[in-house]
Amino acid sequence: MTFEPKIVGFLCNWCSYTGADLAGTARIKYAPNIRSIRVMCSGRIEPTFIMKALYEGADGVLIAGCHPGDCHYQEGNYKALRRHRLLKRILHEYGVEPERVRLEWVAASEGERFAKIVDEFTDQIRELGPLGIKDSLAEAMKDDIDPHEADKEESGVANEA
Amino acid sequence: MKLKGGIYWGAGCGGCDVAVLDIHEKILDVAEKMDFLFWPIAMDFKNDDVRAMEDGEFDLVLYSGAVRNSENEEIAKLLRRKSKTMVALGTCAHIGGLPSLANYHTKQSILERVYSETESTVNPEGTMPLERSTVDGNELELPRFYNTVKTLDQVVDVDYYIPGCPPVPQQIVNALTAVFNGELPPKGSVIGAGTKTLCDECPREREEKEISEIKRPLNMIPDPEKCLLEQGLICLGPVTREGCGARCINSGAPCRGCYGPLEGVHDQGIRMISALASVIEPKEEKEIDAVLDGIVDPLRTFHRFSTAASILRRKKI
Repeated sequence: MTFEPKIVGFLCNWCSYTGADLAGTARIKYAPNIRSIRVMCSGRIEPTFIMKALYEGADGVLIAGCHPGDCHYQEGNYKALRRHRLLKRILHEYGVEPERVRLEWVAASEGERFAKIVDEFTDQIRELGPLGIKDSLAEAMKDDIDPHEADKEESGVANEA
Repeated sequence: MKLKGGIYWGAGCGGCDVAVLDIHEKILDVAEKMDFLFWPIAMDFKNDDVRAMEDGEFDLVLYSGAVRNSENEEIAKLLRRKSKTMVALGTCAHIGGLPSLANYHTKQSILERVYSETESTVNPEGTMPLERSTVDGNELELPRFYNTVKTLDQVVDVDYYIPGCPPVPQQIVNALTAVFNGELPPKGSVIGAGTKTLCDECPREREEKEISEIKRPLNMIPDPEKCLLEQGLICLGPVTREGCGARCINSGAPCRGCYGPLEGVHDQGIRMISALASVIEPKEEKEIDAVLDGIVDPLRTFHRFSTAASILRRKKI
């Protein structure tokens, strides 16, 4: 079976979600791998959301906001940019490819651009393969058990205790 | 009737036990209300003494230290079974503490580093610890060294948490008093700490936070009155629970986050990314990166005490 990436998209209400909407009304085809979540501003997207998404099974996360200078709340997209720059630095140390979290500016009029970004990003994640955080965690902990437990049960020590 | 209590240390440094002794003469009040039936660091007890007890016989067990090996886990489970109330004492039991920084490595890489690579290691025969070995015809067992360090509540059910590395002695007194008077909050609560951020109890002056350069304490003498974060030092105050009395801050050192995350926050370190990135001044990618270059090892700085309790818990293998 071919691997279909799961991508979570956090889209700002004022530009990027509207841009995604435009892609829909203009009937532009793009990869169905993205699950879009509308937020009021890219500045509302906490790194916690991204880490939770990755932990819960997302293979990639797309954050999209208004172009610099266009934020509905003046500065939100700059905060998103700074958080993204900092988050990428730590992802690498977790053993997670930083490319799995992507930040893009998509204006309300850029339906076509949105579709192109989603297609590109999906291809990129498909190439990287599944992230599988939960499987990796289970694998890392599978031998974290008491090696003497079995003997104790045999000798009845554990039962007495 | 006198209460029955126990104190145990898993993967910790013993600092929490010392903090219990640091309540000074109040220890006499504690001893009046509670007999210690188990406290290996202070007196001679055997694990079998605990095994011989009835289930639920301890009224209170304080467990400090993280769960690093199979013995830590075994005793944690044993004490859980034997106690009515189990409290995670200190940062390691609460959120993993410093020992959980090992989660950015593997068991194998740690053993290799310690037993063959360090500059001070002399081990020409390549001796490595074995879980089972025979000495003079006697078979000896060692607990298993885990690949992943765990918090106490990742292996047993925990009733309350007293954070801190180590917990402030007065907060231990407050928590014990609450136990003795039966005035405990709902199960799962953090006791012996506040509910707001450390910034709320920090005595320093705060103005506008706009950081254009990250500094390190070794390169500067901070202004004694002003917010350390505003001076460019990485201070985890905005993402750390209050309750310590700002002891590091008052000594001129920035907060490292030992009191753990606030209520409802899962990952203290990731929260710090959010808090810090919000107050960095530049808006251009290159200039932002230049400021961020000043943070030495952001992952371990932000997760210094909380790796085991963070969302990803460890480095991916």
